[in-house]
Amino acid sequence: MMRALMVMLLALCSLTQAQAQGKGKPARDDGTLFEPIASVVMSPRCLNCHQAEAPHQKDMGVLHAQQVVRGKDGHGSAVLQCAACHQATNTAQGKVPGAPNWHLAPLSMRWQGLDKKGVCEQMRDPARNGNRKTGAQVIEHMKTDPLVLWAWSPGADRTIPPMSHAQFVQMLEMWSAAGMPCPG
Amino acid sequence: MISLNINGKVVKVEAEPDTPLLWVLRDELQMAGTKYGCGAALCGACTVHVDGQPARACVMPASAAVGKKLTTIEAIGATPVGQRVQAAWAEIDVPQCGYCQSGQIMAAVALLRAIPKPSDKDIDQAMSGNICRCGTYPRIRAAIHKAAGQS
Repeated sequence: MMRALMVMLLALCSLTQAQAQGKGKPARDDGTLFEPIASVVMSPRCLNCHQAEAPHQKDMGVLHAQQVVRGKDGHGSAVLQCAACHQATNTAQGKVPGAPNWHLAPLSMRWQGLDKKGVCEQMRDPARNGNRKTGAQVIEHMKTDPLVLWAWSPGADRTIPPMSHAQFVQMLEMWSAAGMPCPG
Repeated sequence: MISLNINGKVVKVEAEPDTPLLWVLRDELQMAGTKYGCGAALCGACTVHVDGQPARACVMPASAAVGKKLTTIEAIGATPVGQRVQAAWAEIDVPQCGYCQSGQIMAAVALLRAIPKPSDKDIDQAMSGNICRCGTYPRIRAAIHKAAGQS
């Protein structure tokens, strides 16, 4: 948590600098504003389903048991679909995670193998972010999607992202206002 | 009261909305063909069909099944695909202890409906959520191929 606070403070300093320069352009495109965002989106709760061929699971990000695969639309194979087990809410005392429309992120939005810079660049690229063109559109998913919100109430003993969702939204808005700068 | 469509019949049950479907079937309706294995969607013993798709009854709240067509192992022999699977299972003598087999058959029937001539990869990706601790997997695979007319 201390680390997250430090990262947020750094991000705030960077935004002040950016605003001083005007036009919403960051003073330095060093990715400082993306640091707190990366600390959330690269946590296992997000990363595990932004995968290519199969979801991962657990905090260590192992390949999903039961040989679960992406399938043709990100909802699993023809007859072993995500919804076979994942309900609209967590079940089995939280052991089986659930949220409405449980599925993998679209293939174009995969983060598998990407570093912070790669994830940041994917997020602001309309060709790979679901055709979201403005900063507001880009951060909307992370502000409101039930699958994203689930990360803060994942059930059982799963770790949650390193800052609250409200703080995360604040960081997203700062990053968006600065023109979505990415690590150089 | 919750109203459920099970094996073509509408039944009213008294279960709480968050009671897992498995306990509605086994305890309230005395339909004990669907088995309790792990209670956490890890083994597949409790597999039923929900609108034709396999689902784990042990984690599905009864309320989530409202308005859906549910099929259990008790009615799986009512369709030609189900009958072919039953015949192949009997001929190859698939079960050992038998505990997981209702779930295996539910998954196999759903697979053959979706993919009438499944490859080994299709079988792996459809059946890997159904665990058999007796290790009958080779016989399950052979029976699926047989039911598909591929043996």
